[in-house]
Amino acid sequence: MKVGVVTFPGSLDDRDAARAVRAGGSEAIALWHDDADLHGVDAVILPGGFSYGDYLRCGAISRFAPVMGSIIEKANGGMPVLGICNGFQILCESHLLPGALTQNQGLHFLCTPQKIKVENISTPWTSNFTEGLEIVIPLKNGEGSFQCDDETLAMLEGESRVIARYVGVNPNGSRNLIAGISNARGNVVGLMPHPEHAIDPLTGPSADGLPFFTSILNAMVGK
Amino acid sequence: MALDTVAIAAQTPDQEQPFAALGLKPDEYQRIREILGRRPSSSELAMYSVMWSEHCSYKSSKVHLKQFGEKAPHSDALLVGIGENAGVVDVGQGYAVTFKIESHNHPSFVEPYQGAATGVGGIVRDILTMGARPIAVMDPLRFGPADAPDTRRVLPGIVAGIGGYGNCLGLPNIGGEIVFDETYAGNPLVNALCVGVMRHDQIKLAKASGAGNLVVLFGAQTGGDGIGGVSVLASETFGSTGPAKRPSVQVGDPFTEKVLIECSLEIFAEDLVVGIQDLGGAGLSCATSELASGGSGGMRVELDTVPLRDPSLSPEEILMSESQERMCAIVEPGKIARFLEICKKWDVTVNVIGEVTDGDRLIITWHGETIVDVPPRTVAHEGPVYNRPLAKPEYVDRVNAQVLDLPMPQSAHEVKAAIIKLISSPNMADKSWVTSQYDKYVQGNTIQSQPEDSGMIRIDESTHLGVAISTDANASWSYLNPYEGAKLALAEAARNIATAGAKPLAVTNCLNFGSPEDPGVMWQFAETVRGLADGCLEMGLPVTGGNVSFYNQTGDVAILPTPVIGVLGVIQDVRSRTPMSFTDAGLELYLIGETTNDLAGSEWAYMHNQRGGQSPIADLQREIRLIELLLEGQSIFAAAHDLSQGGLAVSIAEMVLHNNIGATISLDQEIGIVLLSETPGRVVVAISPDHAGELISLARKYDLAITKLGTTGGTSLTVNDAVIPLDELRTAYTQTIPKLFG
Amino acid sequence: MAKIVVEVMLKPEILDPQGKAVAAALPRLGFTFATSVRQGKRFEIEVVGDPTTEQLAEVSRAAETLLANPVIETFVVKVEK
Repeated sequence: MKVGVVTFPGSLDDRDAARAVRAGGSEAIALWHDDADLHGVDAVILPGGFSYGDYLRCGAISRFAPVMGSIIEKANGGMPVLGICNGFQILCESHLLPGALTQNQGLHFLCTPQKIKVENISTPWTSNFTEGLEIVIPLKNGEGSFQCDDETLAMLEGESRVIARYVGVNPNGSRNLIAGISNARGNVVGLMPHPEHAIDPLTGPSADGLPFFTSILNAMVGK
Repeated sequence: MALDTVAIAAQTPDQEQPFAALGLKPDEYQRIREILGRRPSSSELAMYSVMWSEHCSYKSSKVHLKQFGEKAPHSDALLVGIGENAGVVDVGQGYAVTFKIESHNHPSFVEPYQGAATGVGGIVRDILTMGARPIAVMDPLRFGPADAPDTRRVLPGIVAGIGGYGNCLGLPNIGGEIVFDETYAGNPLVNALCVGVMRHDQIKLAKASGAGNLVVLFGAQTGGDGIGGVSVLASETFGSTGPAKRPSVQVGDPFTEKVLIECSLEIFAEDLVVGIQDLGGAGLSCATSELASGGSGGMRVELDTVPLRDPSLSPEEILMSESQERMCAIVEPGKIARFLEICKKWDVTVNVIGEVTDGDRLIITWHGETIVDVPPRTVAHEGPVYNRPLAKPEYVDRVNAQVLDLPMPQSAHEVKAAIIKLISSPNMADKSWVTSQYDKYVQGNTIQSQPEDSGMIRIDESTHLGVAISTDANASWSYLNPYEGAKLALAEAARNIATAGAKPLAVTNCLNFGSPEDPGVMWQFAETVRGLADGCLEMGLPVTGGNVSFYNQTGDVAILPTPVIGVLGVIQDVRSRTPMSFTDAGLELYLIGETTNDLAGSEWAYMHNQRGGQSPIADLQREIRLIELLLEGQSIFAAAHDLSQGGLAVSIAEMVLHNNIGATISLDQEIGIVLLSETPGRVVVAISPDHAGELISLARKYDLAITKLGTTGGTSLTVNDAVIPLDELRTAYTQTIPKLFG
Repeated sequence: MAKIVVEVMLKPEILDPQGKAVAAALPRLGFTFATSVRQGKRFEIEVVGDPTTEQLAEVSRAAETLLANPVIETFVVKVEK
């Protein structure tokens, strides 16, 4: 299976996402922001970083990249897309996911091992988890506070589209402790913490993030 | 202002020039006239003044720094030594590693966020310039008293600036230091270290050779940032000049730098450059003269082809501009098309601004008129050298003679109170409020970061080869005895590498001092360099490069002499590294090394406002034996942690808190001394009881004292009869810094 | 009700990476009108009643010490209905 990892100018965790894809058993394909061709990938990851410096709003400029046109089209057709951190922000700016990520309540960048609870295992990115499992993966962002209006929040909760929730503390002021959500169909997932930095206890706080990357292989093979 | 050309300069020898305002002394100005055989044009004057500043020319420190070459130990590992942008060390398997520390002290006082941010940007470009991919950064920081109002202004800004820039570059921040002392009030020290990795055949040098090769400027456009900043800042102290003379601040654009890094690495991978230099202090003046000087000497630059952000800049200002995120490369004509193509791919501004020429003159033109015509070596490498007067300051003998009068804990209650007091002091308290603002995970190769003894990065995923780095300084000891202080800082940094299981390999440094025009400061500096050079020779560790920062003082009061020493080591398999703390109960804790009464310069003495006494004398032979023991015994250590500031009390507290596993230790000698003394050359290790015999025979083999302290486990730190629940210990340790700055 | 507005901009000679990134993005989306973009901050301050001269002077002092960093930024204080 081929999983594309997009590099925007300013992407930082693209090589890490590719490493995690390989660790999960799939082939990682590098996609370039300026190239609308998705090179036949079966799924796409939008990695973390500060695309275009995140100077205007996080993800605001990246959503107009040529590659995003193709990704939005395919995502609407059901292709699995995972946006991590800056990728989550790009998905929100692209309106593939509702809501927005705003500045952390603590007002500064926060890098910490974070406990989250996986609440929805019906997406192609979470199927290898057991429901309700608590895992520890790195959180690292300056603008990770998930915000949306009450109606959207009710919809996300009502449709079980909250994929993962922070446990214990609310590290950034996200509504309802939301760490990740999906679109209505479940193929597009946005996640603020970084599972790609938790595939080996040697370099991360745990290997708890690996099932995100084995899930996608299963989802694709099972199709 | 009319354009001042070389021709006009030749015709108007008597025209007065503002050399003094540019920081040049009358005899220096006279020497420029002798070199050129005429008065310099205003552009030439700008170049010489900025390149002959203390910051760029090392004119006060050079006569001392040459000891690093003269006393250099033999080392097969050194691939590129002092003099280039950064030294390069062979770490095996065809990999070369480059690392360096630089200061950005004064700019960070003026504008903490941007000063610290551009400090990170500058050191990262130095590493990139060697041909390496930057893989990690570290930041040793020093501030005035933690509760001083200005510290509350400066510290959060500096930390946010380091994080804002480094995080956006995708570089893990793996360590550093934070120290508070009143002499740093108004003189915060912001030292930035970067480490990079490359293959041996990818090493790049700053030289412009091959007539006809093109001079290419790429990266950000040139604006009025920090014009004259280097010269003015490094030549005069703040108090005397006041805010009016503060130069305009340099603003960093980390996104541009990130793109510049990726663009440059792609250019390097295709072997498209002959030589390369980044633009930092002194901007184009420095890059063109150093490239030309490093090659055969001839270069011609058309300054009006430099892309400008501010079109009103004069040629002198363009030459002195310190706009960030710029690089200058020498490219063969046959390779320029591909070079431009890669820049276009990354949307990086690029312009050919000149070419390498035969001959030995650097000629710069402006709209066809020659405004600079100089021998580049006289600008870049043959600046003035001063053997400044030095004299042992009066204070040294006086403070050395002082006898400390410190309360020493005896009873269980006093022991507990002392430990709590120490670990809740700003210097010893948990710094994660700071380090959690830095990304430590990015790139996916971070094996160890703060608060471990050293930062460790994997450089090969398949062979598990890695490097470890530690930066250390003990300014209190350097104040009492700068010669020993330098050696002790070196020993500590090397020890911090070895506790993790890495073998120390090479040294870099950042020497932060007051004014070199004060003979007492100059003596401190000379003693420090002598100590470091002697220490490196004895320990067999070459100095690969470094940085000197003078004029860190307010009025007559200089900072404590603060030599920050960085040691880099190599570890063959990062999976085998030894962490600072244990994850199991039932392990035995041993102290390796002898404890004597070394309270002078200690944290305990500092907390009681006593700065006198005599610093320990470094026993580097014993340090070498300790390092050998740590490396040979690595497989039996479940944990190993260096003892330094705060002594055993702080180290054992850090160990039990790290994984929330307690310990019970019993100390039968004089408990206050054992807990609080900072005798160098000591390490606490945790081993499984089965390995006790092996450890004891290792200690005998390396002739080192060894004491069993106790065992791990439980939910408290118990020292004889003093029982400190971990929760209480944690609260004391973690609440200080957030309370002050959160 | 009137409010006091403080607009903070980087000084013209100081690099503005944010504005630069926006200026570069506009033409990619087909907006070719801009020769330069600079990004700033706007603070809206409400007071009871219409702002007085004294209040404006006080806001200026607050802008100088807190809202703006005079080392790199300039600001203007004005009243908007």
